[in-house]
Amino acid sequence: MAVSPVLPKLVGERVKRREDPRLIQGRATYVDDIALVGMQYIAFKRSDVAHARIRSVDTRAAEAMDGVEAVFTGAQVAEFLAPMPIGTPFPSPEHRAVAVDTVRFSGEPVAVVVARDRFVARDAVDAIVVSYDPLPAVVDVELAMTGKPTVIHPAFPNNLAVPLVPAGTGVSADGKVDDSAIDEAFARADLVISQRMVNQRLAPTAMEPRGVVAHYEPGKGTMTIWSSTQNPHILRTFIAALTGLGENQVRAIAPEVGGGFGAKINIYGEEYVAAAVSKRLGIPVKWTEDRSEAFVATTHGRDILGYVDLAAKRDGTVVGLKLRLIADIGAYNMLLTAAIPTLTTMMANATYNIPAIRATVTEVFTNKTPTDAYRGAGRPEATYFVERAMDMLARELKMDPAELRRKNFIQPSQFPFATQTGAVYDSGDYEKALDRALKNAQWDRLKAERDKARAEGRLVGLGLSMYVEVCGLGPSAALPTGGWEHSQVTIERDGRISATTGASPHGQGNETTFAQMLADQFGVPFEHITILHGDTGVVKQGIGTFGSRSQAVGGTALHMAGSKVKAKMAKFAAALLEAHEDDVVFENGTISVKGSPASGKPFASVAAYAYRPVPLPEGLEPGLSDEAFFEPSNNTYPFGCHISMVEIDRKTGEPTLLKLVAVDDAGNLINPLIVEGQIHGGLAQGIGQAMIEEVVYNEDGQLVTGSFMDYAIPRAIDFPRFELDATVTPTPVNPLGAKGVGEAGTLGATPSVVSATVDALSGFGVKHIDMMLRPEKLWRIIQGGQS
Amino acid sequence: MSQVSMTVNGKVRKATVDPRVLLVYFLRDQLRLTGTHIGCDTSQCGACTVMIDGRSAKSCTIFAVQADGSEITTIEGLATNGQLHPLQQGFWEEHGLQCGFCTPGMIMAAVTLLKDNPSPSEREIREGITGNFCRCTGYQHIVNAIQHAATKR
Ligand code: FES
Ligand code: FES
Repeated sequence: MAVSPVLPKLVGERVKRREDPRLIQGRATYVDDIALVGMQYIAFKRSDVAHARIRSVDTRAAEAMDGVEAVFTGAQVAEFLAPMPIGTPFPSPEHRAVAVDTVRFSGEPVAVVVARDRFVARDAVDAIVVSYDPLPAVVDVELAMTGKPTVIHPAFPNNLAVPLVPAGTGVSADGKVDDSAIDEAFARADLVISQRMVNQRLAPTAMEPRGVVAHYEPGKGTMTIWSSTQNPHILRTFIAALTGLGENQVRAIAPEVGGGFGAKINIYGEEYVAAAVSKRLGIPVKWTEDRSEAFVATTHGRDILGYVDLAAKRDGTVVGLKLRLIADIGAYNMLLTAAIPTLTTMMANATYNIPAIRATVTEVFTNKTPTDAYRGAGRPEATYFVERAMDMLARELKMDPAELRRKNFIQPSQFPFATQTGAVYDSGDYEKALDRALKNAQWDRLKAERDKARAEGRLVGLGLSMYVEVCGLGPSAALPTGGWEHSQVTIERDGRISATTGASPHGQGNETTFAQMLADQFGVPFEHITILHGDTGVVKQGIGTFGSRSQAVGGTALHMAGSKVKAKMAKFAAALLEAHEDDVVFENGTISVKGSPASGKPFASVAAYAYRPVPLPEGLEPGLSDEAFFEPSNNTYPFGCHISMVEIDRKTGEPTLLKLVAVDDAGNLINPLIVEGQIHGGLAQGIGQAMIEEVVYNEDGQLVTGSFMDYAIPRAIDFPRFELDATVTPTPVNPLGAKGVGEAGTLGATPSVVSATVDALSGFGVKHIDMMLRPEKLWRIIQGGQS
Repeated sequence: MSQVSMTVNGKVRKATVDPRVLLVYFLRDQLRLTGTHIGCDTSQCGACTVMIDGRSAKSCTIFAVQADGSEITTIEGLATNGQLHPLQQGFWEEHGLQCGFCTPGMIMAAVTLLKDNPSPSEREIREGITGNFCRCTGYQHIVNAIQHAATKR
């Protein structure tokens, strides 16, 4: 037979994405692109006050409008929709998708309109008249903790959603706390750095706002729901539970999803309402979020206040760390809200040997939009608090910030490393990442440049940050949904391969990376592989894409399913080739006996044989399809080092990022091009947090940053060209050695930019500056005022 | 209701439209050209960018009735005879997109950018796409994509 062309190995290569042709030609289908026959549009009347009793909701004028199908008040919705569940084990107040008697944040829904088109729906919303008895609002988290001026949920005194979760040295599994070790550590310290730091509230701001189409078919008794979500299978579970259907009667579809960044993990009230309303009216309905609606209705991220105490010896040896955290979670618990700040305490150990750590977190209700995951979700906060404190320590000791880190690193020989705060780091070589970053940045030369610039009167500073994050979430014990991922691989009759993954992507390029893996695994052309995702009618099971898990967990499930099918296919091939199954090799589109490629059978003909197996080899069933659930034994712990250089305009206080050097270690990489893109995007968000992003409320609980006019997401002009590099320390947790990379950029960039800014202004005696680095704030420091 | 007639991607389209409907909704909901996206309600994100009479413009900033008689190109009409436009090719080659939501607007904005300045510097590219937001890419690969198109044309 003809010798087949040699197929290149694809894993590890910069393969162009196969998702792109549809996306660059406007041929992709996002939720708002879907139109069903008979579909009507939903719009929400939202509270314009932060805290009030609802006295009345007058819907008469709205109902009388031409084209309005139905109007439901919160009380009416409550008749057919139960309160919203959460996904964490913490106690939670009742939360209705549409408020019944009290509103607790500005933007909370109070009524729902269903109408012929989106414009009529909006007009009808405007025609609804709600009257309120105002209650005092609380927006300051430390004030809220005193129970003044208001208690938002009566069952939660002093607004304490979660009174106190301790972690670290001396905290036992049953929550008992022994302070002796941490007290001793602080007693033997030569100095203690103490600082209050704000990790401010952010708006995740995926460019595609949320949207949902729900279609209940009364004849079949089934529900199809399209949603801009990161996890259609979890959506299916919750929608089934709240609409009284079985999971086998609900099909959830995440079509093309325009970014998520953690904010599309949560299952939202609008999704429940759309499903319930469709079921009640027996018609398909669509809801599309406006951008200004997204600012109040989509969960926010971060918003953790930290009191940090770092104890050290004069030679720079860190001996103890205390982190007292207060999380402002807004008005309600959402799916993962309460769990996010516990990731901050979990990661308090950072990359260092710290003999004693005490980290506590208190979570507090305020009259704001609820928080939930936002890219990094708890880990950027931990990194920020610890790395800023390390930077302050270096400055106090007049040590090079890199050398201080080096002195305290957990060493490669210490892995797996059990931290003081309950994590077991899988693998790491922190000094290698630091050294690579210092080399790439030309650290000594940069310092000389900075000093020269300063001598000329310019305000230039350098900042450095290490990070370690927890990714590849995670063992099932760590997630209420389970922490596995699922895949099914099918060799079709014609030799093409279809594979499903529960890791539903929204920009991560899984169709490409997963096809690269299968192409190598089976020795077939990349073009012969189709990756299916995002549809529970096609993908049997799944968890979703978050916590940098799609490659480490989803990729591993794919690899496992592929291995099972391959083993079976080897048996069919062995029968055809009259060889032993252990001796057959898959390469270049053929399956042959090791050492004699010319004897091989085309891959497709082995597939055809498996589907018409005459004769059927002993002990085999026909067909080539198998599935796998991968349950990781641990999380993965990627790490890296980010260095930045910042200049402040002396006249205006405006900061400019001159340079950003990043070295990230995510273990083995499947597609370095895609990995770079992920890191760039994370860096942009990490730098955005440091420099220009901040959700601001006024004292009445009104969102001041409620549109792109007031909330600054970074633009192209805000960045220099990022300089990336990677070290590779594979994880032993999965056979791919891949750790995950989706969030990395948000970890180190933020503290490194803030530290660079503090460095630039160190001549003015400033030791710490809270984010965001508003020019006015910096200008005041330059003018001799306070930060 | 008003009558409008415009040439969209080379085809004459006549329609009856509510005077308050923005051009972007007309394209998406009435003509079903859903490649043009809506990312904001304050005319800042650029997701809705199309070409109107040969210039890039945000289609959420004008009413459909104002585009009466205009010639419009959307992302669906950018490729010619099945050949990707150099910018589409550039975005593909250089991984200039992730979720792809900003991409049609970003590409349509870059068309005018390159028309006005066929060999822009990196700085000029970054300034030129300031009216287009991308939350996924950090812009570096978008800059590369536009540079790719500029050199390969
Ligand atoms: S939708 Fe037109 S600029 Fe945002
Ligand atoms: S690629 Fe997602 S917003 Fe640009």
